[in-house]
Amino acid sequence: MTTSTDGSTWAVEARGLVKTFGDNRAVDGIDLQIRTGAVYGFLGPNGAGKTTTIRMLATLLRPDAGTATVFGRDVAREAQAVRSLIGVTGQYASVDESLSATENLVLFARLLGLSRLDARRTSAALLEEFGLTEAAARPLKNFSGGMRRRLDLAASLIAQPPLIFLDEPTTGLDPRTRLQMWETVRRLVAGGSTVLLTTQYLDEADQLADRIAVIDRGRLVAEGTGAELKASVGTSRLQLGLAEPADEPEALRIARSVLGVEPTRTRDGRLSAPVPTADSAGDLLVALRSAGIPLHDIAVQEPTLDEVFLTLTGHASAAPAPAEDAADRDLEEARA
Amino acid sequence: MTTTLTPARSAAPAVDPYALARAAGNRVTLGATVRQSFSMGWRGLLKVRRTPEQLFDVTLQPILFTLMFTYIFGGAIAGDVQSYLPFFIPGILVQTVITTSVVTGVQLREDMDKGVFDRFRSLPIARIAPLAGALLADTIRYLIATTLTMVMGLIMGWRPDGGAVGVVAAGLLVVVSAWALSWIFAFFGVIARSASSVQGISMIVLFPLTFASNAFVPADTLPGWLRSFVDVNPVSHLVTAARDLTLGDGVTADAGWALLGAAVVVAVFAPLTVRAYMRRA
Repeated sequence: MTTSTDGSTWAVEARGLVKTFGDNRAVDGIDLQIRTGAVYGFLGPNGAGKTTTIRMLATLLRPDAGTATVFGRDVAREAQAVRSLIGVTGQYASVDESLSATENLVLFARLLGLSRLDARRTSAALLEEFGLTEAAARPLKNFSGGMRRRLDLAASLIAQPPLIFLDEPTTGLDPRTRLQMWETVRRLVAGGSTVLLTTQYLDEADQLADRIAVIDRGRLVAEGTGAELKASVGTSRLQLGLAEPADEPEALRIARSVLGVEPTRTRDGRLSAPVPTADSAGDLLVALRSAGIPLHDIAVQEPTLDEVFLTLTGHASAAPAPAEDAADRDLEEARA
Repeated sequence: MTTTLTPARSAAPAVDPYALARAAGNRVTLGATVRQSFSMGWRGLLKVRRTPEQLFDVTLQPILFTLMFTYIFGGAIAGDVQSYLPFFIPGILVQTVITTSVVTGVQLREDMDKGVFDRFRSLPIARIAPLAGALLADTIRYLIATTLTMVMGLIMGWRPDGGAVGVVAAGLLVVVSAWALSWIFAFFGVIARSASSVQGISMIVLFPLTFASNAFVPADTLPGWLRSFVDVNPVSHLVTAARDLTLGDGVTADAGWALLGAAVVVAVFAPLTVRAYMRRA
């Protein structure tokens, strides 16, 4: 474990971060402590404040209140020092569309102070590492979303920064490319980097992140390991399709008394209830059978982001709408 | 730089991040700033090479304007076209190149809306570098416009007494001044919401600056109040300096005034532009 002079081991430490755009408190008092050498996941729907938080930590936005440090350096007062410690890969690939892949990497490398020769060498090595060598000279216009994202990540790694921000690294990628991106993230962390990523998918946070912060409406509503978060919402939900719709009131009453919670009704008219353990699912099925209520079908569903949200915040997460991101960006633009 | 790269790279930093953090400087040196600006200028040139159609305005406009204005104004102002050319070519040169510098602001606006500017902002580079680089690359546009205007003049019978040295010196003076003035339009580019509004605001600045000068007509034909503006207008000094150089009168005080004006514009607008750029960041 690496330690600083004052003994702290945090890669990122934030206290009371606030950012408002007009009337919208995009980030409303977020505290964070992110351990060095780990993957930390921000989980939340569009517009929750994930991107705004990352942009503040990456010195791209100035916090309206609160403080944050990256390896002990202040993001507001020592922005330039912080910039030399981070790599930022945005939601939209931050590469130059009008240049080729090689030209992009050489440009960034030159800006970072590498000699012409080192810039070429580093670019070639990164393109090789990310499987882009064949496309190196082609204009980016013909790149797929996955290739663009890989190039973007490669650009973030030129200076080998100890902290890497990945804002929704897999949104819009096909499943195969998504798995490749996960592999890359794991490789980075295995090599000692600290990664802070945002995602809308519980599954992704669960796969990659050592710790997860659930963010909603600019606030941190829960923080913990994937297992802890899932435990807080029940490991899974039991879905029941009744053979006789007339049995519903009785089935609801039984579920309430066995599980101690109110089942919800799914869109297709089935009953859905959280089952903390396999036994409680069994108990419910037995109770229904002894009450003589016939079932049409049963299914067990893993917790979804929506349920994490419902449980943690008491309201459903907004359906992912690309328009909201655009609105988020517009607000930032409008400030200027 | 705070990190060292080895040819055989691994994706991860080998050094203690806290040691890196303590060593990381919070300032960019002047040398690094200049170097980064040139790197950004290289980016601008690559873009021009990829999209040569960007150069339409600097190729067509000098040809069209020089041809048109010479034959429209020539007879009325100087009696005939041939005697108007020595007066007019330096004037239209300044007008054309400065008009070209407006495009700098428009393109900067379009450029800044792209995702790559997010990366520039997140890099430990001087804040001014992406702006200065874009402006630097645009001097290639001014050079093209300058060359074409002068070649058009030569084709129409312009025979500058200042010779090659005077002509080249006048051209360089105009390019340097246009680069300085482009900071004004770059400022509008950074504060404006859209590329088209940059064009609009810039024209309001551009027209009085270029037309209320001695570029097309001798200042002594103007009413007193207008003349007093024309006399202090740095563009007039630039036109006079370019005229003196091409006429073979050598470097005159006007060249000094023009360069001073250029320096003042940069001193005022470069910091303003960078501040506005950082506020957007």
